[in-house]
Amino acid sequence: MQQYRLEVEGMCKSFPGVKALDHVSLRVKPGSVHALIGENGAGKSTLMKCLFGLYHPEEGTIKIDGQPVTIRDTKDALEQGLSMIHQELNPVPNRNVMDNIWVGRFPKKGPVVDEKEMERRTTALLHDLEFDIPCKTMARDLSVSQLQAIEIAKSISYDAKIIIMDEPTSSLTGAETEHLFKLIRKLKAEGRSVIYISHKLEELFEIADEITVMRDGQYVGCYGVDEISIDQLIALMVGRDMNERFPPNEHVVKDENVLTVEHFTSANPRSFKDVSFQLRRGEILGVGGLVGAQRTELVESIFGLRPIKEGKLTMMGKPIHNKNARQAIANGFALLTEERRATGIVPMLSVKDNALVAAYKKFVHKGILNVKKLTKPVEDVCKALDVRMASMETQIKNLSGGNQQKVLVGRWLLAGCNILILDEPTRGVDVGAKYEIYRIMRQLVREGNSIIMVSSEMPELLGMSDRVMVMCEGRLSGILEGEQANQVEVMRLATSFAAKEAVGG
Amino acid sequence: MNRTLKRPGSTDIKKLLMDEALILVLILMIGVIIAIEPAFFQWRVIKDILTQSAVKLICALGLMFPLLLGGTDLAGGRQVGLAAVIVASLSQTIDYVNRFYPNLPELPIIVPIIITLAVVAIIGLCNGLMIAKLKMAPFIATYGMSTIVYGINCLYFAQEPNRSQPIGGIREDLTFLSSTQLLGVSLLVWIALAFALVVWFVLNRTTFGKHIYIVGGNKEAAKVAGVNVSLIIIACFIIESCLVGMGGILEVARTGGANSGYGLSYEFDAISACVVGGVSLSGGVGKVSGAIIGVIIFTIISYGLTFIGLNPNWQLIIKGLIIIAAVALDMRKNATA
Repeated sequence: MQQYRLEVEGMCKSFPGVKALDHVSLRVKPGSVHALIGENGAGKSTLMKCLFGLYHPEEGTIKIDGQPVTIRDTKDALEQGLSMIHQELNPVPNRNVMDNIWVGRFPKKGPVVDEKEMERRTTALLHDLEFDIPCKTMARDLSVSQLQAIEIAKSISYDAKIIIMDEPTSSLTGAETEHLFKLIRKLKAEGRSVIYISHKLEELFEIADEITVMRDGQYVGCYGVDEISIDQLIALMVGRDMNERFPPNEHVVKDENVLTVEHFTSANPRSFKDVSFQLRRGEILGVGGLVGAQRTELVESIFGLRPIKEGKLTMMGKPIHNKNARQAIANGFALLTEERRATGIVPMLSVKDNALVAAYKKFVHKGILNVKKLTKPVEDVCKALDVRMASMETQIKNLSGGNQQKVLVGRWLLAGCNILILDEPTRGVDVGAKYEIYRIMRQLVREGNSIIMVSSEMPELLGMSDRVMVMCEGRLSGILEGEQANQVEVMRLATSFAAKEAVGG
Repeated sequence: MNRTLKRPGSTDIKKLLMDEALILVLILMIGVIIAIEPAFFQWRVIKDILTQSAVKLICALGLMFPLLLGGTDLAGGRQVGLAAVIVASLSQTIDYVNRFYPNLPELPIIVPIIITLAVVAIIGLCNGLMIAKLKMAPFIATYGMSTIVYGINCLYFAQEPNRSQPIGGIREDLTFLSSTQLLGVSLLVWIALAFALVVWFVLNRTTFGKHIYIVGGNKEAAKVAGVNVSLIIIACFIIESCLVGMGGILEVARTGGANSGYGLSYEFDAISACVVGGVSLSGGVGKVSGAIIGVIIFTIISYGLTFIGLNPNWQLIIKGLIIIAAVALDMRKNATA
């Protein structure tokens, strides 16, 4: 029987309202590349964070080379030979390569950092890995792939036996990806194991030996790359039945275009390109895709928060320009951002003030705010949206996520919008409140508004949308309607460009 | 809606202590002072405290604007000084011996005031542009501005024929603001209260005021909600400069003169008073009433503790302790975790 390098058994981890990991297992052989796949929210990252000591699982065992180990924090993980290259790299931009690699364990001569020794070790390490990066370059001057190389060098400097890579190619070009693969093969040849998380399925067939599939926090199965096809993998990732979690679709879509988006191209060359679509009155247009598909960037650009290089907006036959959020709001747009805390609520202010942020101008008479008239509309909106709170003067930070989200929806209703852009409207919202937000969305389209909803949750995307527009790597890969809009099709479109690129080289 | 959430009693008391700590400190201090020296409780003392607080209150009201944005203006005090010197140089009596401008006719008093406010408004505009457009950290940008303003002030003050002599001979139509009494207190106190009322009105009854709190509370959210963040920041710094400039003008009215050292570290007194009054250094939180109480607490410390004969060095220590306690309280109350 072959000895495993890493064995995870029966791992469980819950967050309030969600079972993120439900008795998950994972077995990784030495000297192999083990891919971990699943939809957004399947629990991949949670599992890796448990392995790396960032989260503490409630149940489950971890064995390394057959020996049970306890990992309480990242220091433990590193000592056990586990290291992780995060999707979002966190270099110290104003320190050089050496400092970034050896931070926390600088070689010393007495109390003084031994710069010469550090330089010698860094040069040797980078030379070994065939990286051509001078060790005194500042981290801020490095490209993403070079930073990744530094992270890999760091893992090796810890003599990691198991290296976790979370979506390492998400911001790499084709050539950079090739170099990374070469490096991974070298690590493999040295007997190290790599756990490779990726959404780009074609890529896995090139680099992985085995693939573990996860879905809804559960372990689905582990397969050798030569015994499974892409279609089978997609089916395993999405294989789930839709349940009654959504209010019925009343199909109130009118045959009238409210918004036409043409050739939208971001000013950022790495973001979206040439996206065109139409939005009809009374429609909920879902926007699906994987992390990194540039959906948030697209909707924020439509709302005027990010610059575009090219593109045209036409609203009910008239060309419009949303150069900034103020213009967008004046044109009847509203945006509920993905990051409710960072860009949505003003935590210290009351529910009332938060609800009125975008609407104060409407209550001004001769330059003076008519405070007496402020209360009633907010009260009405809060009642209509069933916001649960002690009073309207309660600071919004004391409300639950779902109720905060309802107040933000209310903010836009008070501002009088008719095109609502919702970016992950139910992220961090508990199950009960989710249904209410869905109900509000249905109510809004019934009243003749239109909604663009970016969602990474497949059931939500399919259960709420009249049409689903799928993006992949900044491009529109297809718009699905009616029966066509099913999980397999969405997944296929969401990975379509990745597949083509990998085949093309 | 409007369901009342029940909280256990102990948290109620804790919350009350946190929210009203300021008033409690004030009452406690007055109580202790009166216990030691009952004569403290008399009209003359109250009148003195109010008069001494007037100019400080106007400065504190000014500093409130950048503080509400989560910023600060370390050039505040030096702008008081510049305003004082400019207004004094332009409003001397015609028969005064050492005139700053020997041949200047007696201008209507509104002219020197407008010139002075225009100069400080330009400084405020520069501060606002640095912070809103160049995205500089307010702390250091305004510190740089403070040394520039002081330099300009000293150059102006050193001009021939004045040669850095203290400016005196201020006209009656400026000094009357301090010497005239209305209902038993100096006109200065009424002017300060009028400004407090106006600032309260702007903050609570205009879109601009509401937007200040929103920008201070969450700049990104404000942007998404269509607030013109840069404009709000620039406007706040201009208003602040005009208020501290007004402080400088009234300082001339009160003292009957000016020199380039006027206003030194007034901004720190103002910031301390605001923070003690519950204005959060993180931005987005603060009331005019808090600034008023903060200013009065500090005046009572310096006046009241002298009144009971406490060593002035102890006053410094008590003042410092109160500032530190106020900041600690602010962090506990207003940290956005």
